Amino acid sequence: MRPFGYAAPATVDQAVGLLEAEGSEALAGGTDLLSLLKDDVERVDRLVALRGVPGLSGIELDGGTLRVGAMTTLQELRDHDGAIAALPALAVAIDGVASPQLRAMGTVGGDLLQRPRCWYYRRGFGLLALAADGRSMVADGDNRYHAIFPEGEARFVNPSSLAPLLVALGAEAVVHGPAGERRLPVEALYRAPQAAGERENTLAPGELLVGVEADVEGSRSAVYEVRQRRALDWPLMAAAVSLTGSGPRTERARIVLGHAAPVPHVATAAGDVLAGQELTPETVAAAADAAVEGARPMSGNRYKVQLARTAVRRALGRAAGMEI
Amino acid sequence: MADYSWPEADRRALIGSRPARLDGPVKSTGFAKYPSDQNPSGLLAAKILTCPHAHARIVGIDTSAAEAMPGVRVVHVIQGEGAEIQWAGDEVAAVAAVTEEVARDAVRAIRVDYEVLPHFVTEENRDGAPDARAAGERAEGDPDAAFAAAHRTVERTLGMPQMAHMCLEPHGQVCSWDGDELEVHASTQAVSTLAGQFATELGVPASQVRIRTEYMGGGFGSKFSPDRWGIVGAELARKAGAPVKLFLERDQEVTVAGSRPSAFARIRAAADEQGRLVAWDSDSWGSGGLPGTGQTPLPYVFSRLPNRRLRHTSVPTNLAGSRAWRAPNHPQACFLTMAVLDDLADELGLDPIDFLDRNLDLTGRADTYREQLAIAGEMASWKERWQPRGRTREGAVHRGLGVSVHTWGGRGHSSNCDVTVHPDGAVEARIGSQDIGTGTRTIVAQVLAETFGLELHEVRVSLGDNVYPQSGPSGGSSTVGGVTASTRRAAQDALREVLVHVAPRLGAEPEQLVAGGGRVFVDGDASRGMSWREAAAQIGGAPISVQGRNPGPGRLISSGVGGVQIAEVEVDVETGVVRVERMIAVQDCGLVINRRLAESQVYGGLIMGVGYALYEEWIPDPVSGRLLNADMEFYKLAGLVDVGSLEVHMMTGPGYDERGVIGLGEPPVISPGAAISNAVANAIGVRVPYLPLTPDRVLDALAGRGGPA
Repeated sequence: MRPFGYAAPATVDQAVGLLEAEGSEALAGGTDLLSLLKDDVERVDRLVALRGVPGLSGIELDGGTLRVGAMTTLQELRDHDGAIAALPALAVAIDGVASPQLRAMGTVGGDLLQRPRCWYYRRGFGLLALAADGRSMVADGDNRYHAIFPEGEARFVNPSSLAPLLVALGAEAVVHGPAGERRLPVEALYRAPQAAGERENTLAPGELLVGVEADVEGSRSAVYEVRQRRALDWPLMAAAVSLTGSGPRTERARIVLGHAAPVPHVATAAGDVLAGQELTPETVAAAADAAVEGARPMSGNRYKVQLARTAVRRALGRAAGMEI
Repeated sequence: MADYSWPEADRRALIGSRPARLDGPVKSTGFAKYPSDQNPSGLLAAKILTCPHAHARIVGIDTSAAEAMPGVRVVHVIQGEGAEIQWAGDEVAAVAAVTEEVARDAVRAIRVDYEVLPHFVTEENRDGAPDARAAGERAEGDPDAAFAAAHRTVERTLGMPQMAHMCLEPHGQVCSWDGDELEVHASTQAVSTLAGQFATELGVPASQVRIRTEYMGGGFGSKFSPDRWGIVGAELARKAGAPVKLFLERDQEVTVAGSRPSAFARIRAAADEQGRLVAWDSDSWGSGGLPGTGQTPLPYVFSRLPNRRLRHTSVPTNLAGSRAWRAPNHPQACFLTMAVLDDLADELGLDPIDFLDRNLDLTGRADTYREQLAIAGEMASWKERWQPRGRTREGAVHRGLGVSVHTWGGRGHSSNCDVTVHPDGAVEARIGSQDIGTGTRTIVAQVLAETFGLELHEVRVSLGDNVYPQSGPSGGSSTVGGVTASTRRAAQDALREVLVHVAPRLGAEPEQLVAGGGRVFVDGDASRGMSWREAAAQIGGAPISVQGRNPGPGRLISSGVGGVQIAEVEVDVETGVVRVERMIAVQDCGLVINRRLAESQVYGGLIMGVGYALYEEWIPDPVSGRLLNADMEFYKLAGLVDVGSLEVHMMTGPGYDERGVIGLGEPPVISPGAAISNAVANAIGVRVPYLPLTPDRVLDALAGRGGPA
């Protein structure tokens, strides 16, 4: 592990100040960043430890609004009866992280901003994994776990367990930076990098994710993950849905795929299919088909298109409380 | 000549019972110190720099930056300028430093220039292989005529990839020199033979090399030699004048420290109208890395099948050479054979157990298999629950049952054991064997205590040190036979010596005396006896020490076992995810010394078996030639929640006990791949041709038939 500095700020403003410096990186639960450093995949000049910063952790349920601090651990969120009662799908998303150790150490902010698991990236070939001749190692190599909605040369998948659900809910991210606080839709935290050195999130230097806020009333939501193992394993595909509307008809549906694209993939067309419709096996199947419209699987991940369809159908079924 | 034998069933106090593993408490509390836990004073940490290319030539190497780093003690070049590297992960240089972190940073500071050469790492399609070579062809009978006359024929192309041993304690050792005496705490399966190998490489007499392995964290066939990192570790320690700990990093462990060869084959098999196998034709290939592979023993178990033709092609790849993996060649041969036979049974419209039963005379152990198939079938309620393929579905989830049979030898290896009886009654055994997690320490103690009529805690067993009498490497299920036979012979001889001293005091002949229940007494008249302590006191001032050997007189061991396994699975045909619900294993291994540990061996085999059936595979990158899953994230092992319910039936009693002790490590790991694949075929109605049975492969197989509704 290359030598690096370590700072333990006492306030959010101090943390922001420290993070403005080039080569600084925020350290949350440390379940992944330390491995990246040990493996020499990433290098930092200074880690800015967030654990001692007051105000970054906590869960508030205020009317229909759920606020979760970025340093809240996954287990703390899972153990919060109010939050889980208001948003049962959270339990499914968190339980998908099938390791007590990771849930105990890993944080909500860390989950949302964790680095991709792409095995080319993890072996030091970079996020875009372009060979010297400019060809995509992912496209030419083994891409069984990669994106079915690649964006340009970004072919990795966003690995967040919480992002699909939060994006489906229309949740907001609260970010502190040198210019103060800004709020943005959770989906706007992400981007697909197109050049070497670009990150997969939109935070500017010095910006710190401090929490998320979601409106948890008036919608039915669900998560379905396809995982090969019951033991700790990344989902092969995940779908989150959020449905609004009273009575049998759905007013608005938001359908989001995880592990499908370099960002949480908002399947707009699938949501549109359900707008104003009753959920029936037919409309659900049509939405599932629409969710994979435009998919561009590679040599080894065509099966993920079917997994996406299945995950959407099953998430919709769960949200609607019906067997589909 | 003295008689050596196991006690009759009604005279066994410990043999065949279920005592818990003696070292269970120290292992589960962390008090047991494994080789990788050894931290002698002044210890340095060593790390190895490996080649990132699958095929390359070293053009230049510059270690100056590493040598200049604070905390670095020794930099050692393993392969220098001009060396041709044949696989990614091959060792290039090593560093010993004051901490692991410094050692890691230092190996990264070594600059190596490579001329990158073309590589080949994906042997599944052998047509692309640059160095594929014919590796054997043979025929018996008249296969062409037999196929022409057959009632039903199936043809399949099947296969399973290379996979890793994935020892939880990586390969490695702690080396300490005292002058020109070397002590190695090694994670090894071969305590008694390792010293000679270190000595030859290091140029010191073997008598000056001490090997110690009190506990170790798994080998599975991959830990029989010092390996390059062993010799390098010893050289670093010698140069540094300090003890050096060198254990592989996880990615190195996965990449270079052990793999099981792949096996692929296009197979035709045929049966007559009575469901009797009449012809076999297989064209197989596979790779064990750079050395390629030898012929897979086909057809497996049903080796007396008439009219067969076998061809094999060895496919070298730019990957580290394979090592013996628990039951070498058998899991591959078993899967290739049992999958084809299962498909043939389906083609014939026969229940696969019935089909196997009709052909048992083609095996070497028909009676055993018939009995085991009946028991396994009973345990699975097979007759009531088995249905032809593809008929048991509830929505997207289909259920299936599959069966497989296997065989193994398991004869005890060469072993010597010293047994000492002290005048105070203390009894101990010293044996240069190793307990690789199988329970060898406990087994030896049971034999010892049984022979002297003592409780398990009243005897002492010392192993895992090459100062003790030579005992063979733990491979091929040979340990339990070897160590129990040598221990029993020594213990019986030592007891007879004690009895000679005791007999006059009891007014009896030595041959009339027996030891049991903590006493020595006249057989048939327990009132004429004395306590074991009193008996031992009769030997005088000096202890009695006797060496027992295997092989040796008396029928204590034999070899040759059968086994039947049944898998029950659920397959989600919309995701391709396979869940093992239940595994049933019926297994014989002659005389069972410790039923709990025997069952534990079978559980372990089943768990590893579920692993390679569903999850485990090396994934080499065709582009870079590196393994993409040299980690524990995408190299997936079965978790305990993934293995289903495991049910084990050990065959014991008349017909088995009198065969003596036979090894058990390998057989239970052979059938799971075949049984689980057959259960999946039964569930979804189509063969998934490759292991592991991952969702993509399951969905591909289903799509070949039009896919799920």
